[in-house]
Amino acid sequence: MSEYRGIVENGLWKQNPGVVQLLGLCPTLAVTTTLVNGLSLGLATALVMAASNGAVSPVRRYIPDEIRVPVFILVIAALVTVIDLSINAFALPLHRVLGIFIPLIVVNCIVLARVESFAAKNSPVPSVLDGLMMGLGLTLVLSMLGGMRELVGKGTLLSGIDLALGPQAAQFVITVIPDYHGFLLAVLPPGAFIGLGLLIAGRNWVELRREAAAKSDNLPLTPAVSH
Amino acid sequence: MASLMSNEIVRHAARTAMIMIAFATVGTSLLVYIHELTKGPIAESEAAARMMLFRQIVPDSMHDNPLLEDVIEVAPDAMLGNRSVTRAYRARLAGEPMAVILESIAPDGYSGDIKLLVAIRADGTISGVRVLAHKETPGLGDYIDIARSSWIRQFDGLSLANRAAEHWKVKKDGGEFDYVAGATITPRAVIGAVRRTLEYFEIHRESLFAGSVTTGDRIPQQEQTHE
Repeated sequence: MSEYRGIVENGLWKQNPGVVQLLGLCPTLAVTTTLVNGLSLGLATALVMAASNGAVSPVRRYIPDEIRVPVFILVIAALVTVIDLSINAFALPLHRVLGIFIPLIVVNCIVLARVESFAAKNSPVPSVLDGLMMGLGLTLVLSMLGGMRELVGKGTLLSGIDLALGPQAAQFVITVIPDYHGFLLAVLPPGAFIGLGLLIAGRNWVELRREAAAKSDNLPLTPAVSH
Repeated sequence: MASLMSNEIVRHAARTAMIMIAFATVGTSLLVYIHELTKGPIAESEAAARMMLFRQIVPDSMHDNPLLEDVIEVAPDAMLGNRSVTRAYRARLAGEPMAVILESIAPDGYSGDIKLLVAIRADGTISGVRVLAHKETPGLGDYIDIARSSWIRQFDGLSLANRAAEHWKVKKDGGEFDYVAGATITPRAVIGAVRRTLEYFEIHRESLFAGSVTTGDRIPQQEQTHE
């Protein structure tokens, strides 16, 4: 059980793809203009990661080392296309919003990174869990970043939810700041970099405080960023 | 000894290639299967989305024919701004031509093309205009989108006959169209494109309602005699 616990902790916090590993920044920065966008793409990525880890792990012994990366990419690309087609068929408005970003999940290096570093070495159940947790960790970051940018940029939260859940969901949109004229910077690309920087700084701050509390000796603290 | 070595290498390479081929075959078959499965629903939901858009500019009461099937192709024309063949949809009531929906492109937006859908009644007045796609600045130039504001409704009921050329401008330029301060390039582009679309309709009125895509008819390219 502690193995699974470790996997969950790694994905959501210790090795969080968005703010610790800093992998897959392209969608992180591009899509997170609203909470709904960030959340939707995060969940789609989590689904792909769980599926690709789950697909590679059972056959990992049959994949020769030399061609493992092409095989992994093939598996990931096939799964992404399946998800892309399914969203296109059954949630067209969502497909309009996420459109070009779903195929891009293929080249999101976090997906390949988890297949290569986890699923290729572990049995299926932990692999699926790892993919799911890493994906949810990324979803968490994407949602927070999207929420921050939407709040500062447009003064709302959950705008566009009707695109994902149908027109009747439009009532869920929360106007946090009425008569807000918007702060364009937050919605444009610079807002993504600034927001991500704040999230990384915030996570490091929490981590450093926790470490400092845990260690009473005066060992120098190491920054949490790897890679 | 050397030949044994190379023999081994060849065998290893062949085995690796076979595995790669196996993965590619499985992946491709999966995609073919999913594509077949989702083809119908995708076409259906795209047609439904298109109809929903059409219904905003051509009310159901205006036609009794299937809009999506009564189609004629339109060759690229400078007045419409289309660079490839587009489709015009005709609305008829008891066989009488009521309106035509044209795709038009405003090439002179603030950033890139603005794709418009212009519905024109048989008498030359505008039934409605909608923006299909644009890359205008979010929060600034995007008020042309019906999802952001009702600006685009100003075109409803206008025609070349009831508005002289000098009216087809934003108020700042002496015309009658509202605009948002700081974003005048976008409305200028849209107004110009809508006006050119009306002019195109004046010239091609007859051929727009005649013929059909099923009989291979297409509105030919305009010969560059005028202007």
